[in-house]
Amino acid sequence: MEKSILRAVVLSQETIANQIYSMWLQADSIAAAARPGQFVSVYCNDSGRMLPRPISICETDKERGRIRLVYRVAGKGTAEFAGYQKMDTLELLGPLGNGFPLDCCPAGRTAFLIGGGIGIPPMVELSKRLDGHVQVIAGYRDELFLTDELAANGDLYLSVESGELFRSLSGGIEADEPLTGEMAADHPEGSRILAAKRGITHGNVLDCIRENQLQADVIFACGPTPMLRAVKAYALETGTECYLSLEQRMACGIGACLACVCESKEVDAHSQVRNKRICKEGPVFAAEEVVL
Amino acid sequence: MTIQNTKVSIAGVELKNPVMTASGTFGSGMEYGEYVDLSRLGAVVTKGVANVPWPGNPTPRVAEVRGGMMNAIGLQNPGIETFCSRDLPFLAGFDTAVVVNVCGRTTEDYVEVVERLADEETVDLLEINISCPNVKCGGISFGQNPDSVEAITREIKKHAKQPVIMKLSPNVTDITELARAAEGGGADALSMINTLTGMKIDVNRRTFALANRTGGVSGPAIHPVAVRMVYQSAQAVKIPIIGMGGITCAEDALELILAGATAVAVGTANFRNPGTVIDVIEGIEDYMCRQKVEDIRTLIGAVR
Repeated sequence: MEKSILRAVVLSQETIANQIYSMWLQADSIAAAARPGQFVSVYCNDSGRMLPRPISICETDKERGRIRLVYRVAGKGTAEFAGYQKMDTLELLGPLGNGFPLDCCPAGRTAFLIGGGIGIPPMVELSKRLDGHVQVIAGYRDELFLTDELAANGDLYLSVESGELFRSLSGGIEADEPLTGEMAADHPEGSRILAAKRGITHGNVLDCIRENQLQADVIFACGPTPMLRAVKAYALETGTECYLSLEQRMACGIGACLACVCESKEVDAHSQVRNKRICKEGPVFAAEEVVL
Repeated sequence: MTIQNTKVSIAGVELKNPVMTASGTFGSGMEYGEYVDLSRLGAVVTKGVANVPWPGNPTPRVAEVRGGMMNAIGLQNPGIETFCSRDLPFLAGFDTAVVVNVCGRTTEDYVEVVERLADEETVDLLEINISCPNVKCGGISFGQNPDSVEAITREIKKHAKQPVIMKLSPNVTDITELARAAEGGGADALSMINTLTGMKIDVNRRTFALANRTGGVSGPAIHPVAVRMVYQSAQAVKIPIIGMGGITCAEDALELILAGATAVAVGTANFRNPGTVIDVIEGIEDYMCRQKVEDIRTLIGAVR
């Protein structure tokens, strides 16, 4: 039996931050097969837009056959998705790609789950499925999202770029004052976050790791390339096992068109050049395999 | 339902139906084989293969445009040796014709690949890509001048054991000159059209959407251009034409056949739905039933 496109039903759609949407879909076969870190190709109903949008799976509800997509409206295609209401349908292909290697974090090991911006969503399902100790480091620019989900399955640390957001989270403390998560205890605005013993850092995800003096045996990261580059450098420096989820413009999503390649350190067995297909060999790669 | 004949023949190679995959959109069929039964296809046309591995262009390599897309993959391919040891044995397992698309930087590159394929029994036809707009050497530089088209066709024909299809570029003033030149050089068939050179600018980032700046436009937006060029070329040459350019459904394929194409290839639409090729095959059969067409060959070039 050949695999095929699935027409999924929208169960809910909500805005969870500026231009960030969360959509639950009834997609039984995808929910059954999905692993953390995999993605789906989402097709536009507008036939003038032919290419699927690759979107990572944020969460799966295997019992009820549902998946959750959290995505940013970045253009006309994702704007179309954002307009869908409950009971609308859309076409999906997936799950695609390889997810994060869960067996790298068994009980007794500690992991960093580092998400930056729209790279945060896949960390939700990953945080639920690791047996080891989960420390999520989530990097935001100026608005938080998915913090409750992330805090539910591990220790959550926040790094925020915006001084204003930092001030409001920390209860009026200025961004340039040194601060660790524990100090937020006195500030009611920060109490919700503190409840899950979270730290808040003004800066990037690595500032957050250093400020909280965190350590891990393995790193899983997804986010913008500059962040991934910095995470890779940190992993090398500390000798930590590290897996990165990459993103690139795609066309087929299944490994045939060779649009979404990344540079690999060694000659790849499939391509016979220093190129790997993000949709097929990825999107998750061992940090040392790829050149960023 | 009357018994219909959907078989067509290209240079003596019989295809069970006229529907192929367009080179570069389908790999060597391995990935799409999970979504479609390759044995139902008239032919699998592979992604271009060169004498040695090519790394292709920097990313981003694709961008969407209204009614289609642009690509500048740059003919990334694993080279002929890997292709012969991995992809051909895979394709040999299916009951479909195999068309190998060949690319090169120089005439010698093309000849090397064609000679390497001469004794590969799995290969039914060769399609010579002299029309890729995304590489600096080879590709389109061979395909825009009638004299060079005739010369490279003649040279390849000297070395090729399988019938030779020359794939033509639409980025020319008069496609019929190139079609005649390829026929004059001894081509057994033509395929057209390759992509139209275009450019897209990302207004938010104020830069080119593709790292290569320009890319080849494909998809439904270019379909009328393909129909026109197939029609014109069918009037100009006697050799069969494989029509492609923006096919998304049976109607699009039938337009090209009625304009003069003996076979057709589905490309960009595979990205919208991996099952498109099968839908096109079934749609053509339905059309033949509805219109009481007993033999598809009666449709080829029926509109004049």
